[in-house]
Amino acid sequence: MNLDVLTHILSFENFGELVVLVRNSIIAGAVLGVVGGLIGPFVITRNLPFAVHGISELSFAGASIALLVGVNVVTGSVVGSVLAALIIGLLGNRARERNSIIAVLMPFGLGLGILSLALYQGRAANKFGLLTGQIVSVDNPQLGWLLGISAVVVVTLFVVWRPLTFASVDPDVAAAAGVPVRGLSIVFMLALGLAVAVSVQIVGALLVLSLLVTPAAAALRLTVAPLWVPILSVVFAVTSVVGGILLALGGGLPISPYVTTISFAIWLVCRIVGGRRSARGRGGRAQEPGAPTPSREKVAA
Amino acid sequence: MSAEPVLRLRGAAMRFGDRELWANLDLDVAPGEFIAVLGPNGAGKTTLLKAVLGQQALSGGEIEFLRRPVRRGHRRIGYIPQQRLMESGTPLRTRDMIALGITGHRFGLGRETRAEKARVDSLVEQVGATTFAMAPVASLSGGEQQRARVGQALASDPALLLCDEPLISLDLRHQRGVTELIDQQRRTTGAAVVFVTHDVNPILDAVDRVVYIAGGRFTIGTPDEVLQADVLSDLYGTPVDVVRTMGRIVIVGGSEAHDHDHHVDHADDLDPEGPVR
Repeated sequence: MNLDVLTHILSFENFGELVVLVRNSIIAGAVLGVVGGLIGPFVITRNLPFAVHGISELSFAGASIALLVGVNVVTGSVVGSVLAALIIGLLGNRARERNSIIAVLMPFGLGLGILSLALYQGRAANKFGLLTGQIVSVDNPQLGWLLGISAVVVVTLFVVWRPLTFASVDPDVAAAAGVPVRGLSIVFMLALGLAVAVSVQIVGALLVLSLLVTPAAAALRLTVAPLWVPILSVVFAVTSVVGGILLALGGGLPISPYVTTISFAIWLVCRIVGGRRSARGRGGRAQEPGAPTPSREKVAA
Repeated sequence: MSAEPVLRLRGAAMRFGDRELWANLDLDVAPGEFIAVLGPNGAGKTTLLKAVLGQQALSGGEIEFLRRPVRRGHRRIGYIPQQRLMESGTPLRTRDMIALGITGHRFGLGRETRAEKARVDSLVEQVGATTFAMAPVASLSGGEQQRARVGQALASDPALLLCDEPLISLDLRHQRGVTELIDQQRRTTGAAVVFVTHDVNPILDAVDRVVYIAGGRFTIGTPDEVLQADVLSDLYGTPVDVVRTMGRIVIVGGSEAHDHDHHVDHADDLDPEGPVR
């Protein structure tokens, strides 16, 4: 049949040599998986998946403008997403209010990005890459940036982990216990802005959710144990990105479809397995006559 | 009582624009005392709690907790809010939720020491959560969730338990269970309780004193002193009847069209209460 298309999608000629070429991308991808996997559960508990999408469009705008005026693309991307994250964090306290702010910002950012790209005279691959991801373009200085920013995000998350968990699941009670809920929210939005900015470099602005939300959503289908959610989420995210990069080597296609497909497949399996488990009543509940069966309908992710 | 009060309000006033919720409120809450804060919707009951939590500044007077002016949140205050739906996918089990009361304010990853683990285990047992300790919080019934919240609030060895309508949406059996739990805790640990509710009946046996707020005024006394037709009529400025029937207290009147079953319900829902975030 259409063998041509298939070999275009999956081809492993000269695989070893290619792996060496994309070494930087693989390192960046793995680190990105760690960042996305760790921050993802918070994104979901804090009801921010849409915000992630909004921030990534603004990050795209920042990167495009940077490309146009000839400054560092990572810097542009960071400026765009941190600005967006702060605006959303400061103005959008309630979900509904926040969603409309995001919906206002997002098309504006996307438009700005498209304008900058239209004016940009350089390589076309650079343009497309910002939206849908790229493989070989991670050079050494860029890798340095990505690692540095990722380290900042991970360290920040580790420092605020526990109070952030409290503030995310139960803001009122956390505030009563003296947890600086408002301050943590701003710190988290900054970290999220940085995480989005680095993700945009690899998977592209349109597909950031597949790294920052899908792995965590998959993990949450399997467990709610505070230790295992981030661990599984990291494993899923790293598998998606690194696996996606390796599979993308053969054909000359962008890496994002591979990353998003793996990430989606993992989620699908987790959903089915998780559904079976709760149907068999493995809810961590000791035998108790007449105990209400947990409702599973509420998960949107 | 001779003991130093846990909570002390002096001339406390709360005003929003030209609307006064309460003013000149003096109140000393002794250790182990159970205070019920009653009144119609919008009278400023929850606002009073927010003021004690330092989340809402007074427009006059002062509040001291453990002899210090209140600040935003306090480790020695346990807060038990209304039961609310925990969304499925909330990454916590019952035990983890209770543990947040101990480690939730601490920066870092929140590893529990051996002593803290033991403390969480004993809290789980204390509030009767053993059977569902490892169940996801999203799978808990209202009563189970409130038990977990009591455990969480008790975790930090509070000197004061602030309860904001914790019995709402619970059935009678669980209302009784949660009330008994709180009552028993204040007796054993000496924590004072300030309990905001629109219905005094489930907690009537436990209450030492009542703060009844209505129409910008308040009255303080034992349930028998305050829950009287003449006292409440005077407070509301309109005829109110207090009926004692079948071990329940039913307050009728307060505003013409709103003689609800067991509480006086004002039409104005101007409660200036919002989420803290």
